[in-house]
Amino acid sequence: MKNYKLKKFASIFLATSVLAGALAGCGADSGGSSSSNGGSSGSGNSASGDTIKIGANLELSGAVASYGSSIGDGATLAVEEINANGGINGKKIELIKVDNKSENSEATSAAIRLAEQEKVVAMIGPATSGNTVATVQIANQYKVPVVTASGTAPNVTENADGSINEFAFRTCFIDPFQGTVAANFATNELGAKNVAIFADNASDYAKGLAASFKETIEANGGKVVIEQAYVAKDVDFKSTLTNIKGANPDFIFIPGYYEEVGLIVKQARELGITAPLMGADGWDSPTLVDLAGKDALNNTFITNHYSSEDPDATIQKFVEAFKGKYNQAPNAFHALGYDTVYYLKDAIERAGDDVTGEMIKNMLAETKDLGLVTGTFTVDEKHNPVKSATVLEFKDGNQVFNSKVNP
Amino acid sequence: MEWIQQLVNGISLGSIYALIALGYTMVYGIIKLINFAHGDVFMLGAFIGFFAIARWDMHFIPALLMAMILCAVIGVIIERVAYKRLRNATRIAALITAIGVSLLIEYTVIFFRGASPEAYPTVFASTSIEVLGVQIDTKSIFILTVSIVLMLLLQFIVHRTKIGKAMRAVSHDADAARLMGINVDNTISATFAIGSALAGAAGVIFGIYYTRIDPLMGVLPGLKAFVAAVLGGIGIIPGAMAGGLVLGVVETVVSALGFSLWRDAAAFVILILILILRPAGIFGKNAREKV
Repeated sequence: MKNYKLKKFASIFLATSVLAGALAGCGADSGGSSSSNGGSSGSGNSASGDTIKIGANLELSGAVASYGSSIGDGATLAVEEINANGGINGKKIELIKVDNKSENSEATSAAIRLAEQEKVVAMIGPATSGNTVATVQIANQYKVPVVTASGTAPNVTENADGSINEFAFRTCFIDPFQGTVAANFATNELGAKNVAIFADNASDYAKGLAASFKETIEANGGKVVIEQAYVAKDVDFKSTLTNIKGANPDFIFIPGYYEEVGLIVKQARELGITAPLMGADGWDSPTLVDLAGKDALNNTFITNHYSSEDPDATIQKFVEAFKGKYNQAPNAFHALGYDTVYYLKDAIERAGDDVTGEMIKNMLAETKDLGLVTGTFTVDEKHNPVKSATVLEFKDGNQVFNSKVNP
Repeated sequence: MEWIQQLVNGISLGSIYALIALGYTMVYGIIKLINFAHGDVFMLGAFIGFFAIARWDMHFIPALLMAMILCAVIGVIIERVAYKRLRNATRIAALITAIGVSLLIEYTVIFFRGASPEAYPTVFASTSIEVLGVQIDTKSIFILTVSIVLMLLLQFIVHRTKIGKAMRAVSHDADAARLMGINVDNTISATFAIGSALAGAAGVIFGIYYTRIDPLMGVLPGLKAFVAAVLGGIGIIPGAMAGGLVLGVVETVVSALGFSLWRDAAAFVILILILILRPAGIFGKNAREKV
């Protein structure tokens, strides 16, 4: 009897789940078709009246809130400037900010909301690569281009099989490029021969950087004497650093995020490691200085998207405008958020009266020699901007402009 | 020389595990409860110390004492509110409650201040002394000293004071102790207070040594301390100390051999091995009484 009941229960459960699956399938289909009905003849949402709606799907709370809110501040400044100067082809921009709580699933639903309810013609994407990837499918489905300001992983625009995500773009350079720049800097500027790599093994970002760094340093005639890894959330790096010290490298590359890197730099100096240390834009946070201490950070370098101390005129004009509004010096995320809006503006301007998602996408892909704060760029066939990187050096806790490296 | 350096690294890490393990082992010894919220009391201690030093400009010793006192109070509150009424319930009920309390503390802190990490202010100017090519941080010497002093103090309380005697009696047989006129409830509260105070101290020490604190920092050290307590023989105070130090050194050795990605796994492999090979722990056999 019991057994029979169990079987009956199981079959009902099975039937229900099959039915639910079928319904879910239908739901997704109808969602897709209704979205294309919403736009003009299947080319995405279009601008109507005197405003152009742009969505901003940002990390305004959660683990990486500092990235998302910085991008949001930069974008707001750019929108205000553009509207004060008469908008785009006479139309004002309306920026609709949505919080994705630094979570993949929230980023997806925020993108759906922006595309379906708010009818935006383009979106500024989330700050991190993972959250951006979670919105790319929605962008393709609703034909609304998504431009991430700081999602640097290659797979944001390019799929594993080599195909391009048609509606995904970015304003920043990609990860492997930073590793190459760091390796060239180590060889050419610091004369490094025997290098060590200490990478975060839990992030694709760090692994990508480590791989391209290694490739370039070996091509430059250098030697990787020791390669070690750590896992995010570790706090004790002394034993591994003791190993690295034993290998006697004259340069150490540490791709990772500031939460661990701060401790690594501190503990390395405590162990008497004096070699120059270098990382990438994941180091860029004021918390890094608190964690590592100003003294430990001397003789360390990072590659970054831009420096607020770069003497370039475009940059100084932006820095002044930003200080005027927010009363602080803009960091790289502020600058990238600002640039993302101008990148979109340039594309929408060239789209003329035909402001649809499809048209904006075509224009974004055709962008050439666009001069922005974080560099002048042309978009390549993989939707990545080809632009220069800046090398910064820490001096007493401040990032000081060192040099600019072209691709 | 590299090996001596690694040993120094391991002992510094191990002394923090040991301090947390002491609280674990005391609570287990007296009411047979694995208090999973212990790691979160450690986290609260780290944050209390942080506020005391960074916001209220206190010096190290007053901040340490303040964290210990507040954590003791928190420990007693947790026991009175969550565990006391479960004293005669099944052990699994108490265990699940402990996990619930742990999550409650973690996410309450996240609710009030967010999940972002905080950097501990510098309390000591850290200078390295070089002994035979080994870099020893003055900070780690100081921290090891504080840990040892606290452990000795605990040994003194348990073996030389009246409340220590009561603890040993309750752990031996709570009913018989009650018949002898010992206030079992107060004794259990005192155990929670002392254990939590040690966890609070470990939190402040951790913050000063490793700089970064965040609301979920207690999870992994809490589990490691549990492993340390089991390794030494759960319920045995010298065992917890030894277990903590052994665990710290083993983890360091695993990293030193180039398997830094396996260090957390190593701790739990030890747990499994000890449960299979010697469930009573290293000090298990000699134990006549537990607290």
